[in-house]
This record gives sequence, structure tokens and C-alpha cells, in this order.
Amino acid sequence: MKLLTCPVNGTRPVSEFVYGGEVRPMPDPAGCTDVEWADYVFNRSGIPGVKIEWWYHSASGTWFHAERDVATDRVLRTWMPGEAPVAYTK
Amino acid sequence: MPYQLLRFALSSKHPEARMFREPARLADTYDAVIIGAGGHGLAAAYYLARDHGMTRVAVLERGYIGGGNTGRNTTIIRSNYLTPEGVAFYDESVRLWQDLAQDFDLNLFYATRGHFTLAHTDASVRTMRWRAEVNKHLGVNSELVGPEAVKEACPQIDLSCGGHAPILGALYHAPGSIARHDAVAWGYGRGADQRGVEIHQRTEVTGIDVQGGKVRGVQTSKGYISTPRVLSAVAGFTPRVTHMVGLRTPIYIHPLQAMVTEPQKPWLDPILVSGSLHVYVSQSARGELVMGASLDPYELHATRSTLDFVEGLAAHMLDMFPFLSNARINRQWAGMADMTPDFAPIMGTTPVEGFYLDSGWGTWGFKATPVCGKTMAHTVATGRNHDLIQSFNLSRFERYELTGEKGAASVGH
Ligand SMILES: Cc1cc2nc3c(=O)[nH]c(=O)nc-3n(C[C@H](O)[C@H](O)[C@H](O)COP(=O)(O)OP(=O)(O)OC[C@H]3O[C@@H](n4cnc5c(N)ncnc54)[C@H](O)[C@@H]3O)c2cc1C
Repeated sequence: MKLLTCPVNGTRPVSEFVYGGEVRPMPDPAGCTDVEWADYVFNRSGIPGVKIEWWYHSASGTWFHAERDVATDRVLRTWMPGEAPVAYTK
Repeated sequence: MPYQLLRFALSSKHPEARMFREPARLADTYDAVIIGAGGHGLAAAYYLARDHGMTRVAVLERGYIGGGNTGRNTTIIRSNYLTPEGVAFYDESVRLWQDLAQDFDLNLFYATRGHFTLAHTDASVRTMRWRAEVNKHLGVNSELVGPEAVKEACPQIDLSCGGHAPILGALYHAPGSIARHDAVAWGYGRGADQRGVEIHQRTEVTGIDVQGGKVRGVQTSKGYISTPRVLSAVAGFTPRVTHMVGLRTPIYIHPLQAMVTEPQKPWLDPILVSGSLHVYVSQSARGELVMGASLDPYELHATRSTLDFVEGLAAHMLDMFPFLSNARINRQWAGMADMTPDFAPIMGTTPVEGFYLDSGWGTWGFKATPVCGKTMAHTVATGRNHDLIQSFNLSRFERYELTGEKGAASVGH
């Protein structure tokens, strides 16, 4: 990956972006056990595969989602949180 | 061509015995299986055989001996870490390094060069002073020095770093060393092999058989083997192996890159590290400048290298050494670093009986190869965590008992 498509600003060099980690559901901090909370805070799905991630376009301050294969570094699509994913063009 | 060589060209006999045997096939059962023939796995096999008399042991390697991070690292060895448990552990490793070459009868090119961590801001001078005091308190040879000491050890350096990052001081660690990484893997491999351990290259573990919470065997690309003990020493492949036994861990994989110049006359004696410039550099016995920087910025399970990395690192090298502008880069490469949130390893027993981890070594595990082998061999042989690794257990995360090592590894080495 050398280019990434920001859903707002279009295709830009990857050096303009910051990686924000995998999108993960947060357990209810008031209701879950300490061990469940620790699992959320520390543990990761470290295996290769297609993952949905947070990315940040630092020039414009835009956080968005990308679906990326973390073994091949191919981005499948990017979209704004809450919006429908669009097919990735580049 | 010397006559001797010609003689061997004509004869079918190899001049020297091979470093290791190539066992024809896997046995049906072993007392222990070690996944990964990097330095860590081979060291564990060596100490299992030497110190614990366990020789019905197989080391399984999907590629070739030392082809993982062991053969890709920049070989810096130091012990100026920050926590008492970290210092005790790395200090023991530095001690073990001292007589390894004798033990193996193999030249490891272990060279004590002295290690400077450069400070370019008042804030980092303060951090260095703090680290020096903590280190001294823990008995580590470590001190804060001024820029003149850096200049004396390395007259070629531009102390102003191009005018924008002047060197104000440094943390100096006299025992800082480098060694020949391949020889470490070969030495441990040969030592284990001679004691009866089998090393199977091109043999991948594809599954681990767990029944009733206990390890029963492993599935490999060359068939099933039964064993009650499995040690995973697979660095960047750790999440794939823990996935096989259904364990969740905090380990995440980012590439770490490095590069070398063409060989030059010896001019750089010490090892220099700059966190602000994201550079570390030493000169190998072969004359190459061996250079590295920070981790790649996002998860990737691949060993591709990038031009960005070379450009960025070269620019920072030129800040320190403008005269290198004509030097040429000979090679670049990457390894997959198994990172943890607290920059400390994950070692020892796990909730799966008979499954042991030597992992989370990220960007700094080469220096720990001997002590990892020694402590993991003890742990596998006795089923109990060695004292030196108690605080590195996987269970520390669910107890929120992280170690405080993060400050000691600003750039990866
Ligand atoms: C560029 C770079 C620079 C570094 N610099 C330094 C440094 O200066 N100082 C320092 O102390 N550390 C450094 N490190 C870190 C250090 O290299 C590692 O922590 C250390 O070498 C890990 O050794 P290992 O034996 O655990 O893993 P490896 O040498 O990676 O061995 C693991 C082996 O397991 C094999 N394997 C994986 N999965 C399977 C499977 N399923 N079946 C069979 N075999 C399998 C792999 O093929 C591999 O050979 C650096 C790392 C990199 C990448």
C-alpha cells in the first residue's frame, strides 16, 4: 500500500495517514468483569486476515474505516463511520 | 585457487562435517516439540539437552535455521533497561554471552563496543539522567556523558546534527555489544544436534492437538507427532500459533526494517542510537554500517521493504554523518516484530497445560537469546516458570500488572 483513499479527500499518499487499529466492539464498562475489560483493553486479534480498521487522514483531521488484508496490504474499501461502505476504486 | 580446495572439488567427501544432521523423518513421539528454529528455539533445545538431559526433542522450522528475525536483526546487545526484573534478566543474558563462543567452539564475533543513546533535547537529557540513576541503582554500568565524550568516541559525528538537533549529551553503556547473529543460531543448533536433539527444517506446524486443556501433539506439514510439551518460539508468527490453541494475547505484528551500506574501512567503533532522529547504527566486522529505525506504522504480516524507509533513515544518517553522502546502500530487509503493550516479552506457562510461550520479543529479543533459552528450558523441563521470567507471564495482563519497560526502547533494538 502506497496510496490510501480517504472517503472525503480522495486518494492520497499513505504518509498522510495514521493507523488507528482494528475496529473492535467495546464491552459495557459498568457491566463487564475485570477480566473481560482487560481482554478488551489489551488483547488483539493478531492473526493475518481481512480486518476493518480505523485510519486517520491527518491533513484534514478525518477518521474513517478501511477494510484491509493485513497479510497482503491490499485495501478493499474505505468509508465514513456510519455510512455504507463503497467499493474501493484504487 | 588453493590446492586444498581443488582437492575437495574432486572428492565426494565434504571437507568439514556439516553443522547439523538432516534427520530423514519425524519420529511418532517426542518428549518436547519446539516450534521455530530461530536463536530462541535452538537455545531452548540446547539447554534442555545440556542442563536437563532431555534429548528426545524435535525443533520444527517451517523455513530454514535462523531465517526469521534471528537472521534479520541488527544484533545490538545491552542491559540498560529500566525495571528491576528487566535489568536482572538482560544482565544474566549479557553474562551468558561471555563464554558462548568457547562453549560452541565457534567465533560469534562478539564485540564490546560501548553504546551511546544520544539526547538532543533538555527533556531527553533529563530522561537519560533518570535512566542512568536507575541503572546504577540496579548495578548496571551506565552513565550520563556530555557531547564531548560522544565526539571523542566518534570524531566523525556532526554534534549539531545539521544544526537542527544538536547533541546535548548521551546515556553511555560500556558493555553494549554486537555479535554475529547467524553464528548464534548455528552454535546453539549444532550444540543441540550433537546432544541428540533433532532439527527438522522445512517442517511447518499447522495445528496443535489439545484435549481436556492439555497438549497431546502437533500436526505438521510432514504428519502428526504426539508430545506432551510444546514450546512456541516463533516471534512474528506467534498469533498464528496461539490461535491454534485458542489463546488470546496482546501481541500484534508490525514489520521492522533495517539496511546496510557497502563495506567501508573501520571507522565507527561505538554503537550509536538516537531516539529523536529514529536512527541506530553500528559497523559490523565486515565493515558494513548496519542501520535501523522505528517500527513500521501499521500491522502487516509480511517482510516487504519500502523506499520510504531508506529515504527517511538515510536523511537522518546524513544529519549525523554528512560525509556519508556518497555511501551506497547495499541491502535492505524486514522482519515481523511481535509487539506487546508494555515492551516486555510474554514468556512461560499458559492456561493450556504443556503449552509454553517464548514470545513478544518484538524489536529487542536477540540480546536475550541465551537467557531465554536457559529459562524456557527450565520452564519446559519442570513445568514451572523460572524465577527470572515470573513477571513476564501472559496472565499479567488480566491482572493489570504490566511491566514498566516502555521507556527503555524508543527505537527498536
Ligand atoms: C530488523 C530487526 C532488527 C532487530 N534488531 C535487534 C537488535 O539490535 N537487538 C535485539 O536484541 N533484537 C533485535 N531485533 C529483535 C530480534 O531479532 C528478535 O526478537 C529475535 O531474533 C527473536 O528470535 P526468535 O528465535 O524468537 O525468532 P525467529 O528468529 O524469528 O525464529 C522464529 C522461527 O519460527 C519459524 N516458524 C514460525 N511459524 C512456524 C510454524 N508454524 N512451524 C514451524 N516453524 C515456524 C520461523 O520460520 C522462524 O524461523 C530485531 C528485529 C528485527 C526484525
